[in-house]
Amino acid sequence: MLDSGKSIGPLNAELLSWLEEVKDPEIPVLSLVDMGVITQAEVDGSVARVEMTPTFVGCPALEIMKQEVEQVITRHGFTPEVTVSFREPWSSDKMTEKGKAALKKFGLAPPPASAQVFHDLEILESATCPRCNGTNTELKNPFGPTLCRAIYYCHTCHEAFEQFKPV
Amino acid sequence: MSNLALKELLYKMADDLLVFGHRNSEWTGFGPLLEEDIAFSSMAQDKIGQSQALYQLLHQLGEQEPDTVAFTRNANQFHNCTLVELPNREYDFSLVRHFLFDTADALRWQMLMQCSYTPLAQLAAKVRGELRYHTLHANTWIKQLGSATEESIGRLQQSLNELAPYALGMFERSPYEDQLMADKIFEGEKALEARWQQAIEKTLAQTQLTLPDWKIQTPHVGGRVGQHTEHLQPLLDEMSEVFRIDPGAEW
Ligand SMILES: [Zn+2]
Repeated sequence: MLDSGKSIGPLNAELLSWLEEVKDPEIPVLSLVDMGVITQAEVDGSVARVEMTPTFVGCPALEIMKQEVEQVITRHGFTPEVTVSFREPWSSDKMTEKGKAALKKFGLAPPPASAQVFHDLEILESATCPRCNGTNTELKNPFGPTLCRAIYYCHTCHEAFEQFKPV
Repeated sequence: MSNLALKELLYKMADDLLVFGHRNSEWTGFGPLLEEDIAFSSMAQDKIGQSQALYQLLHQLGEQEPDTVAFTRNANQFHNCTLVELPNREYDFSLVRHFLFDTADALRWQMLMQCSYTPLAQLAAKVRGELRYHTLHANTWIKQLGSATEESIGRLQQSLNELAPYALGMFERSPYEDQLMADKIFEGEKALEARWQQAIEKTLAQTQLTLPDWKIQTPHVGGRVGQHTEHLQPLLDEMSEVFRIDPGAEW
């Protein structure tokens, strides 16, 4: 069973496995499925229907990812019907455990549970360093090189690192 | 449910975000620190994305394509408050405006999570998470610079006093207030204004800044009905230049 969060739409396992090959262009180790942006995946006769939701409303990579999803479906001989919706808004909690592990390996600190952040923004003031697992870290900028990343400094490694923001 | 009332609400929110997003983007390459450059550019990207999502909702309600709506109207057809159209000036001025606007915007979206118009309530649930970072950014710097040196406190205070009437213009009442409340779309500008004042007061209490006396201000209204300062049209001209030259251009 693919672990893709609690989705309200049906998720066809085979269709999802095709979508595994579409990666986030900004984080090439993370598939759309692991990212948790696929909120519906359904096969209906010759039509493969996919519903996606952006990580950030202004995410510039969404259009590219949508086109890639369409190409993958076409390559498997189905007619794509890909829509973008906020019906089931994305939060970083939708990311799979496999996705979080891939992020860490890539050198990006995975997001902590977002519910905590809603209650206490101070949790953002430190993060776990993906290199040394140290927590003697400091938030440098809640805005990083892309909308989904924040910049931290690790006092153990004496180097900066990025965290995938909890939202 | 009245579409006119809903559309008026969506237009003013979308126009606020588009115009303010553009002002934020003007800091790209000019921030006092590289970090601030990145912060304002990121916030610009968020806000313009949010405005597009709102224009998309309007499109679903029968209005024109998002790009057409964003780039082919003149100033007198825009419903943004005048606060967001003022030129950036010095960093302290921009920071205070960012604080005043984003505090209100975050509260507005939070209230809209209960909106009876489902697509807007869903979008609100999404945007709320993003805005945490905008208000975190504003509050962090206001608290830091608002308690730092005599100069930084003085500059912020002057900007705050100057921007207060414009900020109150954000809550210019719509002709549809009662209807929006009756239809459970939005609790109204008056309720938002009260919450905003509390939030502003709470943050400023942690600084050496003095809260403006809201009661003696004359709110700078008119923006919601297309009456703008001379600063909006040049901004729109610049923003839409590319679109007007080649309306079919891929973005
Ligand atoms: Zn480290």
